[in-house]
Amino acid sequence: MGILVIAEHDNRALKSATLNAVSAAVMMGPDVHILVAGKNCADVAATASRVGGVTRVLCVDADTYASVSPEDLAILVASIAPGYSHIVTAATAYGRNFLPRVAVALDVAQISDIVGVLAPDTFVRPIYAGAALATVQALDDVKVVSVRSTGFDAAPCGGNAPIETLAAPRGCGLSRVLGQKLTSSSRPELTAARVVVAGGRALGSSENFKIIDALADKLDAAVGASRAAVDAGFVSNAYQVGQTGKIVAPELYIAVGISGAIQHLAGMKDSKLIVAINKDPEAPIFQVADYGLVADLFQAVPELTAELG
Amino acid sequence: MKVLVAVKRVVDYNVKIRVLPDKSGVDIAGAKMSMNPFDEIAVEEAVKLKEANLVSEVVAVSIGSAAAQEVLRGALALGADRAVLVETEADLPSLNVAKLLKAVVHKESPQLVLLGKQAIDNDAGQTGQMLAALLNWGQATNASAIKLEGAAVEVTREIDGGLETVALSLPAVITADLRLNTPRYATLPNIMKAKKKPLDVIAADSLEVDLRPRIKTISVNEPSPRKAGVLVPDVKSLVERLRNEAKVI
Ligand SMILES: Cc1cc2nc3c(=O)[nH]c(=O)nc-3n(C[C@H](O)[C@H](O)[C@H](O)COP(=O)(O)OP(=O)(O)OC[C@H]3O[C@@H](n4cnc5c(N)ncnc54)[C@H](O)[C@@H]3O)c2cc1C
Repeated sequence: MGILVIAEHDNRALKSATLNAVSAAVMMGPDVHILVAGKNCADVAATASRVGGVTRVLCVDADTYASVSPEDLAILVASIAPGYSHIVTAATAYGRNFLPRVAVALDVAQISDIVGVLAPDTFVRPIYAGAALATVQALDDVKVVSVRSTGFDAAPCGGNAPIETLAAPRGCGLSRVLGQKLTSSSRPELTAARVVVAGGRALGSSENFKIIDALADKLDAAVGASRAAVDAGFVSNAYQVGQTGKIVAPELYIAVGISGAIQHLAGMKDSKLIVAINKDPEAPIFQVADYGLVADLFQAVPELTAELG
Repeated sequence: MKVLVAVKRVVDYNVKIRVLPDKSGVDIAGAKMSMNPFDEIAVEEAVKLKEANLVSEVVAVSIGSAAAQEVLRGALALGADRAVLVETEADLPSLNVAKLLKAVVHKESPQLVLLGKQAIDNDAGQTGQMLAALLNWGQATNASAIKLEGAAVEVTREIDGGLETVALSLPAVITADLRLNTPRYATLPNIMKAKKKPLDVIAADSLEVDLRPRIKTISVNEPSPRKAGVLVPDVKSLVERLRNEAKVI
C-alpha cells in the first residue's frame, strides 16, 4: 500500500508546497508516488521524478487538465486511489479545493493542514487559528491528508523515479475556469521566501506601500500583508498572511505597522526570527517578536532600507 | 429559487483560547459564542440575492446542539426567511456534517447552497466541497464575487496567486471568503421579527445518515511559546543585531 501525493503545478513548474507534502508523505510510509495531472506537463513529471523519496510518477496529460477543475481532479484521483493507504496533497488553495471531494469519493474523513506525522494514522494539526495543536487519529482505512508546508522541510533532489503515463477518465464538466488574474512579481514566492516583509493597515495607501517594496527588494524578500491592508486595497489578496491567507515560516519575517491580531499571527508565528516595527509599544505583535522597534514606520523603514544599502 | 445557507456556532473570533489542563480539548466553558464569521458572510450574500430578486427564499441551517438556535436566530435577523436545526450533541467531522446537510438539501431542494469557506474553530475547510461532491454538484470555493444569471453562475475565487473566475450551472455549492461582502448589523426590529420566524428542529438521528466516528482526538496541546524578545532602541541597533547576533542578513 503506497502513498499517493497529488502534485500542484502550472504545467511548467512544480509548486514548492508539493515538495513539503512529499516530506510528510515519506513519514507515512515507504512507497511514495506522485500524480501529475495537466496538459503538456512532461517537464513537471520529469521534475517530480527527481524528487528524493519518490518511487514512481504517474502522469496524466490530457485537455481536461489544462486548467483543472476540482471536480475532474477528484474523479481522476479517486480512480487511481485503490491500492493506496494515503492520499496526500499540499494545503494550498488548490489542494483545499479538490481534496475533500476525493475523501467523499472514498467515503473517508479528511485530516486538513497537518504539521506533524506521529504514526501512519496519527497527525498533529493546528486548530483555533493555531492557538492549540490537536493530535488526531484517522479511523478510516484510507487516510486523506492535506499538508501545511511550514510543518515540513522541502524534500531534497536526488530521486530517479520511473514515469508511468495513465489515461484520463472522462471529465464531468461541472465547473469551468474562465480565467485567472495572477499577481505577477519578480520577487520570491511568499510561501517559499527566506525573508518576508509584511505591511499592515498603518501603511495607509498602495502608494505608501512602496516603502515595503523597497525594503523587500534590498533583502530579496517576498512581500506580505495583513488582512486590513488587503481589504483596504493597498495590495492584492495574494499577499495576505494569516489564518485565512497564506501560512509562512521564513527565516526572517518583518512585520511593519501590523498590530498582531491572532488571525495574523496564525500565518507567521512559526517564522524563525520575527522583527516588529510599530509605534504602539503595547501592540500584541511585540509578544511574538524577537526584535521589536517602537517607531514610526515612515521614518524607520526608509532608514532601515538605507542602512542595508 | 431557494437558497440554503449553512451556519455554525463557534467560539467568537475575539476570544483567547486556552487548552484544558487534562489536554482533552480547549476550554470553551462560558466563552462567548457567535456565528462563524465566514458563514455570516454567506448569509449576507444570500439575503442580498433575495433583495436583488434573484432568489425567493433563504433558509438557514445549522448542525449542532440546541444552543445553535441562537445562531440561527441571528441568521433570521440578518434576513433569512426560516431556519432548520439538525440537532446533535456530537462533535462531528466535516464528512458527517456534509452528509447531514445533504439530507437537508434533499428535503428542501435548494438550487444553491452557500457556506463559509472554513469554520474558525477546526479550520478544516472541507464541508462545502464535501457537500458538493455528495450531491454531485459543481462547486466554487473562496468566493469574493458571485454573479447569478438564470441558471448560470460566475464566481470570482481567491486563489494563492490572485483571483480566478469560474463558471457553474445551478444547482451548485459556493463557499464564501472574507471579501465577498461586509455583513450588515441586525437591527433591533429585525431581531424582534426574527423571534417569530419559523425554526424547525430535526434530530440528527432521524435523518438516517451514517454518523460513525471518523477521527479520534488523542490530545490537544498549547503550541510551544516563543522565547521572549528584546526591544531595540533604533534602526542601527536593529541592523547590528540582525547581522551579528541572528546572522540572518
Ligand atoms: C474570520 C477572520 C479571519 C481573519 N483572517 C485574517 C488573516 O488571515 N490575516 C490577517 O492579517 N488578519 C485576519 N483577520 C483580521 C484581524 O483580526 C485583524 O483585523 C487584522 O490582522 C488587522 O490588520 P493590521 O494589523 O494591519 O491593522 P490594525 O490592527 O489596525 O493595526 C495597525 C497597527 O499599525 C500601527 N501603526 C499605526 N500607524 C503607525 C506608524 N505610523 N508607524 C508604525 N506603526 C503604526 C498601530 O499601532 C497598529 O498596531 C481576520 C479576522 C477575522 C474575523
